[in-house]
Amino acid sequence: MSHVASAHGAVEPAESPLTPESWGKLGMWIFLAGDAVGFGTLLAGYGAMRATSADWPSPFAVLGINLTAAMTFLLICSSVTMVKALEWLGKGDKERAKAFLFFTALGGAIFVSLQAYEWSHLIHRGLLISGNPWGAALFGASFFIVTGFHGLHVTGGVIYLLAILRAVANRPEPAASYNAVEIAGLYWHFVDLVWIMVFTFMYLL
Amino acid sequence: MATAEHKHPNYMAIFWFLAILTVVEIAVIYMPLAKFTIGVLLCALALGKATMVAMYFMHLRFEARTLGMIAVVPLLIATLLIFVLLPDGFAVMKRTVGVKPAATEPAKH
Repeated sequence: MSHVASAHGAVEPAESPLTPESWGKLGMWIFLAGDAVGFGTLLAGYGAMRATSADWPSPFAVLGINLTAAMTFLLICSSVTMVKALEWLGKGDKERAKAFLFFTALGGAIFVSLQAYEWSHLIHRGLLISGNPWGAALFGASFFIVTGFHGLHVTGGVIYLLAILRAVANRPEPAASYNAVEIAGLYWHFVDLVWIMVFTFMYLL
Repeated sequence: MATAEHKHPNYMAIFWFLAILTVVEIAVIYMPLAKFTIGVLLCALALGKATMVAMYFMHLRFEARTLGMIAVVPLLIATLLIFVLLPDGFAVMKRTVGVKPAATEPAKH
């Protein structure tokens, strides 16, 4: 056990049963909790604006869900490739771990591209921050702010994943980057989790 | 305390579960149900999916309690926020319910 632990440069020993095994992981969770409050505020604000509006358009009818359902599926797939990367790294297969990390980043990049396509399509049809042909002007503003905030998270995640991919490639010992990949995975799954919420509250409801 | 010894759940099973729940979500909006029922069902399905992601993909199930407590805090804050904002929605609903008949009646003449 001790020789395995010493191979983990980035993992500090636990100090108490309540202390997580890695400070980096604790840090990421605290960051994600703050970020979740940010998204929670945005979604709650969206709900309040919608509930207090007399002419809120039907998101389902205006936005369409075919493309976004595919994007949701894509993000779930990229979460799976992320956990697979971690699993292979745990088994010591650096090459497979690198490939799966790359697929995860690729999934994120495709997601952002599809979102850009969706946005340009909606803007073309008249959905603007300043107003839209279907009803309340805040509909467009809130849509772009919430999906844009999430899209920025995905963009940041792709950059983060590529940086981690480089770190994995540079470290000769696969176990040395396990902790970093797991922490990056937390961020990535969180972005997936938020999209599940955004998809439900902004497209389906 | 080697992280490499982390248990790995059956990720593909979780994936299929999430994919099926997404299909159910989309099916729900086409079902001939009351709007309120659809809303409750969608919220429950979304929360279920989010819980799966947090528990298995983010390994919350296998972690120290501290991390779980950190994860629950934003959920509590978001729930509180909904209750803070609810009265506003009810107030507007009352107003529009009172206004609407008056606004539609003259159109009948």
